[in-house]
Amino acid sequence: MDYEALGLKAGIEIHQQLNTHEKLFCRCPTTLRKFEERSGEFYRYLRATVSEMGEIDRAAREEMKQSRKFCYYTYDSTCLVENDEEPPAPLNTEALEICLTIARMFQMTPIEQVHTMRKLVIDGSNTSGFQRTALVAINGVLPGGGLIETICIEEEAAQRVEDETFSLDRLGIPLVEITTSPCMHTPEQVQEVAGYMGMVLRSTGRVRRGLGTIRQDVNISVRDGARVEIKGVQELDLIAEVVRREALRQVGLIAIRDELRARNASAGEEAIDVTGLFSGTASSVLKKAKVILALKLPGFGGLVGREIQPGRRLGSEFSDYAKKCGVGGIFHTDELPAYGVTGDEVAALKSAAGAGEQDCVILVAATREKAACAVSQVVRRAQMALEQVPEETRKMLEGGSTAYMRPLPGAARMYPETDVLPVCIGPDVMENLAVPELLTEKADRFATVLKFDPAVARQIAYSEQLPLFELAVTGGITPMLVYRTIYGTYKELKREGVQVEDIPDGSLIAVLKAVEEGKAAKEAIPGILTKVADGMAVGPAISECSPSMSRSDLEEIVRRILSERTDFIREKKQAALGPLMGVVMAEVRGAVDGKLVSEVLRKELERVLNA
Amino acid sequence: MGEFETGDRVVCRYGGEPRDGTYITDRDGWAVIKLDSGYNIGVSPDTCTLVERIPAIPAREADAGQDESLPLLSIVSTGGTIASRIDYRTGAVTSQFSAGDILRAIPGLSSVGRFTTRQLYTILSENMNPAIWQELARAVYEEIRDGATGVIVTHGTDTMAYSAAAVSFMVDTPVPVIFVGSQRSADRPSSDNVMNGLCSASAAVSPLGEVAVVMHDTTSDDRCAIHRGTRVRKMHSSRRDAFRSIGVSPLGYVNYPSLEVTLSDHAVRRATKGPALHDRLEERCGLVWFYPGMPPSVLSGFEGMKGLVIAGTGLGHVGTSLIQPLKAMIDAGCEVVMTTQCLHGRVCDRVYDTGRDLLDIGVIEGGDMLPETALVKLMWVLGNASGREQVRVLMTRDLKGECNGRSYNGL
Repeated sequence: MDYEALGLKAGIEIHQQLNTHEKLFCRCPTTLRKFEERSGEFYRYLRATVSEMGEIDRAAREEMKQSRKFCYYTYDSTCLVENDEEPPAPLNTEALEICLTIARMFQMTPIEQVHTMRKLVIDGSNTSGFQRTALVAINGVLPGGGLIETICIEEEAAQRVEDETFSLDRLGIPLVEITTSPCMHTPEQVQEVAGYMGMVLRSTGRVRRGLGTIRQDVNISVRDGARVEIKGVQELDLIAEVVRREALRQVGLIAIRDELRARNASAGEEAIDVTGLFSGTASSVLKKAKVILALKLPGFGGLVGREIQPGRRLGSEFSDYAKKCGVGGIFHTDELPAYGVTGDEVAALKSAAGAGEQDCVILVAATREKAACAVSQVVRRAQMALEQVPEETRKMLEGGSTAYMRPLPGAARMYPETDVLPVCIGPDVMENLAVPELLTEKADRFATVLKFDPAVARQIAYSEQLPLFELAVTGGITPMLVYRTIYGTYKELKREGVQVEDIPDGSLIAVLKAVEEGKAAKEAIPGILTKVADGMAVGPAISECSPSMSRSDLEEIVRRILSERTDFIREKKQAALGPLMGVVMAEVRGAVDGKLVSEVLRKELERVLNA
Repeated sequence: MGEFETGDRVVCRYGGEPRDGTYITDRDGWAVIKLDSGYNIGVSPDTCTLVERIPAIPAREADAGQDESLPLLSIVSTGGTIASRIDYRTGAVTSQFSAGDILRAIPGLSSVGRFTTRQLYTILSENMNPAIWQELARAVYEEIRDGATGVIVTHGTDTMAYSAAAVSFMVDTPVPVIFVGSQRSADRPSSDNVMNGLCSASAAVSPLGEVAVVMHDTTSDDRCAIHRGTRVRKMHSSRRDAFRSIGVSPLGYVNYPSLEVTLSDHAVRRATKGPALHDRLEERCGLVWFYPGMPPSVLSGFEGMKGLVIAGTGLGHVGTSLIQPLKAMIDAGCEVVMTTQCLHGRVCDRVYDTGRDLLDIGVIEGGDMLPETALVKLMWVLGNASGREQVRVLMTRDLKGECNGRSYNGL
């Protein structure tokens, strides 16, 4: 597909959790918990609030189609702020500093006086019904000329446990939201920019790592299409595919629109009650329904079932809209007979609805109230299909297709958080911030200065163990020893079930230092670290694994071994070195470094041969 | 600054790219601009230029379609907000007081009753005073006399318990008089205003016949408790379930969302008393919280007062050095009432020496009255009693459920 010709425009919003000690608006730790560790539960109802003009934000209204009762899990690591039972503490300065550092790395201009806002979010993920967010800096640059519009600091939402139950451990963890302008024009470009931005964020060394700690939202439109925001793309590798599929969807919807218009299609007929038609049906969904309503969509026949994205049809869009009323989904005649609905039933349905070849009939089965609501949603979406691609917030499905979530929110959903005072950012603040070395620069340095192979250098720079690597190297340990230990030995130990993440950084460095000073043997490293991971202190672990053997102890052993094998030595001369090395090592393995054994053996052998 | 007015459309060239926005206000010299993205930023005013002055659009008046067959409820507002709305143009949050606005903010109310509203004051509850309590009592009395099935008083939560106690003493009521407020602002989707508002309306049409506070019973949106106006206290600065009945069980509960009311046996029922107003108060009364080492000079600040309530330690004590100064105050005509800063339990000054000394100099034991309730009651008694002996009798007699003769198990 020629994306430039399609007029593809895309921008990204990256949400990255920050690795701060405390949350953004309370002094709770940012620790994630297991659900079973919860200390209690409570529940609340959320409702949309009305504006001055008597209007409710359109995204909020969509969420409120059902009465929403939400349950929340509390922990001994959460407090009344997360419960929306206490005013927020002042904005976390550590988080603000990280945010400003990132802003500086993108050469952005900080806002002189930062104001925290309340952004209405009533899907239950925020106990208050809003998310606190503040615009911190604007106008940054990307390599290649792209523009970063804004960087905001926000509180993370609560983690959904299931359905309408949320866990409060994640609520309030600071995150930055970085928004680019719609400056990208191909799917690959979007993925590349997202990758670059992620690299810059990780370069700070102060962002959280792991699944779910970074999320990308992608804004996409094609010419004659509409701005669509796709939420929560967690895997970087899927971004290009998501963009491709959305472009495909918009192009498909535009083609359907043109065809509907050519057919003079319409949407706006009254639904009819066809409950009686299905009294003897074999369809399990229809059988248990209180009411079945049928809606004729004149001119829509064949188009509702047309694929617009892998696994998605116009009918899927209708279904998404209908689900907002609490129904499980819809049936449409483009996909019937199926799901236990017979050909005869379809014929009877079409005739009851007065539907011809070119028409489609939608079936909704639920309570009367829910079914009526669902029908009105389908009518609304069908009318949009005649008009244009709707502006929407969508969520990503497995593989990169998307489903409708809600309309794009308006600016109407933001108002000031009066409980948090504005924060002024003086002109000198930015200049005093240390700009971290980019990971790409680090990789270059590891290759040139530390003499690592470029691929290894990159592996180190991009890994989660980078801080530990740098700490050990600055601590004076040979870089190769550090590398082999934390990228090789650790992996092997992990495979054997050793909890290497329990080894304190300081302990690892102490062990490696002991090895470098000859106090412990290199061969003993796995053994020592296993004990340290089990909770033993470094000193005892070293002496247990490598009972200290002095050079003179070693020399004594070597002399003994040599004296027992004089005939062999006389026969083999220098060539005896290899086999003898094996004999000595079998006796002293783990207690003495191999290098030292080789050195002492060579010397003693020389002495015997010269005697 | 003066150059811009709230609501002006401006272009902001701060940081390079021009951005459109709305001027909100001046804050410490910075112009606060609401960008079209919704975010507010504070920037130097000289980076902004005026594009267009947009006249403020008057708020739409809500029609209050009310069901005439439902019982008439009167909402008397003093400044606590159970309804507010957000001006999304400027982000300003304003409190709403008209019946239409309240019904629009809490749509469920219209199926409980039909409403009239009376906006008495718009003040923060810490700015309440005895004169306002008196006006409030008169307003509540008038609403009862005019036929209200129940009266709802919206009130800031900080001093709601004082006002509820004051109205309890000043008004004899045959109908429920319900104080209600919210702990979390009414603009937020999670506010307790809707549930508290609906539960208060339901309590106001219930068989109750006394002054009560109706607020969240737990942190969940599961039920409200109905507390007696003279036995309720705000026991937490921010939680939804801050209000607690002290020394008695609540008068009842209102389940949510069913709005079903259950009343305890000890709750006074509707029409037990005819309406009456006794609105005299002696304002020259004080309340002092004793602490170890409190110098007698602290008491001199209460010189000239007609009454003083002491929140003493434990069973009702103060340091020995205060005995003589208190005696001097009593001799000069001031009534001194002892309560306990334990809040739970009653005073008993016959157990220890200082207690006996306090009784000897004429201190009145306040029983198990809450210190704040004792203060309000003392104002009312001094305003209505004739002679010191009657003051003493009334202060120790239960008038509006403020004094329990017995200390109950489990409370």
